[in-house]
Amino acid sequence: MVLELQKPRPIWQIMFSTHHTDVGLLYLITSLGFLFLGGALALAIRAELFLPGAQIIGDAMTFNRIFTVHGTTLIFLFIIPFASSVGNYYVPIMVRYKDMAYPKLNAIAFWMIPPGGALIWLGFADFTWYATPPYSIISAPGPAADMWIFGLKILGISSVLGAINFIVTILKCKHPDMSIGQVPLLAWSFLSSSLIILVAIPTFAAALLMLLTDRLGVSGFFNPAMGGDPIAYAHLFWFTFHPEVYVLVIPAIGMMYEIIPRFSRKPIYSYNSGVFAFVLLSIVGFSSWAHHMYATGMSFTEKTVFMVGTLAAVPASAMHVFNFVATMWNARIKFLTPMMWSVGGIALFFSAGAGGVANAAMPLDFTTHDTYWVVGHFHLFVMGTIAFGSIGFLYYMFPYVTGRMYNETMGKIHFIMSFVGTVLVFFTQHVLGLYGMPRRIFDYPPIPEWIAMNQIATVGAMIIGVSMAIFLANMIYSSGKGKPANTEDPFGVGGKYYYPFEAKNPSH
Amino acid sequence: MGGHSNWPEWIYIGVVVALMVWVGAEAWEAERLVEHVPEGAETIIVTGQQWFWTFEHEDGTKEIGELHVEVGKAYKLEIVSKDVNHSFNIHDYVVLMDAIPGRVNTVWFAPTDAGEHDIQCREYCGLIHYNMRGKLIVEDPTA
Ligand code: HEM
Ligand SMILES: [Cu+2]
Ligand SMILES: [Cu+2]
Repeated sequence: MVLELQKPRPIWQIMFSTHHTDVGLLYLITSLGFLFLGGALALAIRAELFLPGAQIIGDAMTFNRIFTVHGTTLIFLFIIPFASSVGNYYVPIMVRYKDMAYPKLNAIAFWMIPPGGALIWLGFADFTWYATPPYSIISAPGPAADMWIFGLKILGISSVLGAINFIVTILKCKHPDMSIGQVPLLAWSFLSSSLIILVAIPTFAAALLMLLTDRLGVSGFFNPAMGGDPIAYAHLFWFTFHPEVYVLVIPAIGMMYEIIPRFSRKPIYSYNSGVFAFVLLSIVGFSSWAHHMYATGMSFTEKTVFMVGTLAAVPASAMHVFNFVATMWNARIKFLTPMMWSVGGIALFFSAGAGGVANAAMPLDFTTHDTYWVVGHFHLFVMGTIAFGSIGFLYYMFPYVTGRMYNETMGKIHFIMSFVGTVLVFFTQHVLGLYGMPRRIFDYPPIPEWIAMNQIATVGAMIIGVSMAIFLANMIYSSGKGKPANTEDPFGVGGKYYYPFEAKNPSH
Repeated sequence: MGGHSNWPEWIYIGVVVALMVWVGAEAWEAERLVEHVPEGAETIIVTGQQWFWTFEHEDGTKEIGELHVEVGKAYKLEIVSKDVNHSFNIHDYVVLMDAIPGRVNTVWFAPTDAGEHDIQCREYCGLIHYNMRGKLIVEDPTA
């Protein structure tokens, strides 16, 4: 086993290892740590918004810092490292190679995350995860903002290094008997998302550098007082981060492609359309960035072009949903915890997508943009789809990582509570947005509808919070005391599970 | 693609594409109408700054935090900012336009009934963003 708890390895042996399963374990533990940290901040935000007026957070500055760090943490320090963890464990096995292509680079990429995360948390900046100029140049307070910029630069380099490693591992190290058309869909998802990273992240790296020199006063790229244009930053930012949402969602969909056919005990309905939809998404993902900018004063033509680009991504996502539903159709499904999370995630993916079509339609966007509608919409993706896919996969890989089984009842309770909570929080936030509540506000006027909706959302968030405590208890208890897993087929769904037959950690 | 037929998938994709074309066409048409500023609309200069709104009418009168307009007239708002990005929003009239330093963005609206509506900032602009609010007061001079 990787974490052989009966025969423990000293922690430093794992920390200084470059073996893909050890690096995968480091990514896993780090990302889960940040999930709980970022989640705690979410609960603080929701508790504050339970009633109008200042309650538990007390001042607007702290509130603004909390939602900035919450968003940055969950995106860059939970979702991305979690995907890297899964990729580290499974990509080499899936392409039948002994390790990642560049094991040392792999470890280096991981070790950039703790300092990057520390800079973000210690800086505690307040300019939202967009860091939009000119606020981020002229008003955002001193070292906090600079630390955030540096933290993000480090994390960006880390994900570029990781992406290179995945691409080379999949394309160059796959077993000679294996054609590219036989590479499992999970590995395909890493290939597509890594290609997006290689195109998108350098753009943002440049934008951050320009922002930093603007802050130092030596340049004025985005500073209107020095002849610059703040909208240029918005273009660079969204050129990176609109495709980046596909970097986040594609591996989660890949994880569902592992789980759904297995627990349906049927092959995937269409492997080809899965591959096609991944590749298509990673291309059209680049055609839609400015749909975040309809209200910045773009011309009618520009808006139309980006609306078309945005709508073009919908059929590609819809293809995945079809593939999953067609696979489950008439299948002998075994609804264990990983399957429940995947199916729940697909349902929420569908809802989030439907809301996205409404945002893309430019006149409608003026009702929803920068309101709680948007908060609800993207949380259905990040929480409802990506976190659901990831958590489902975590249960699935639990026997692989620990050699033991988690507690199935607790896993199901975790799922049901999280699902109910997610619906309560994020569906309600859509409605709140239609009532006109702007996002990123520390306090709101006592409008009865706003209060009611905020209270429902807060209760939902607390339900998720409790379910996450159950999850943590299950993971900790079961990795030490859970009953030993059947490593041939831990879920009893037939077919072969992967470990420990295919890959052996050399330090055993 | 395995031993099953693919026509359900093609039909489904066709339906999705058709839906998107329909949504796109409707949105395009609506936006075209919405963007067309009526002849003779009165210009109001709207300035956002941390953390309040000022309004300047064509006749030179200025207001802070409150905007008085009349029923039945069309208004063209020229939105500017003195410091950071803001976003001018009258939710009840679906008026939304960013205030960006160095740019003049325009949007228009024509109030239909007398009454009061909230004005708010909808783009994060720092400490008091949450309270960068104002009032739109629509008056009916004939009443
Ligand atoms: C229980 C689950 C969660 C709750 C209750 C929650 C709640 C919130 C709230 C209240 C905000 C502030 C919205 C605003 O005022 O504009 C927010 C922002 C955000 N959240 Fe979450 N969140 C949750 C999970 C997540 C997850 C899993 C992710 C990512 C994986 C995430 C990413 C973000 C991002 C990127 C922002 C935007 C931050 C910003 O406006 O700068 N959240 N969340
Ligand atoms: Cu403002
Ligand atoms: Cu604001």
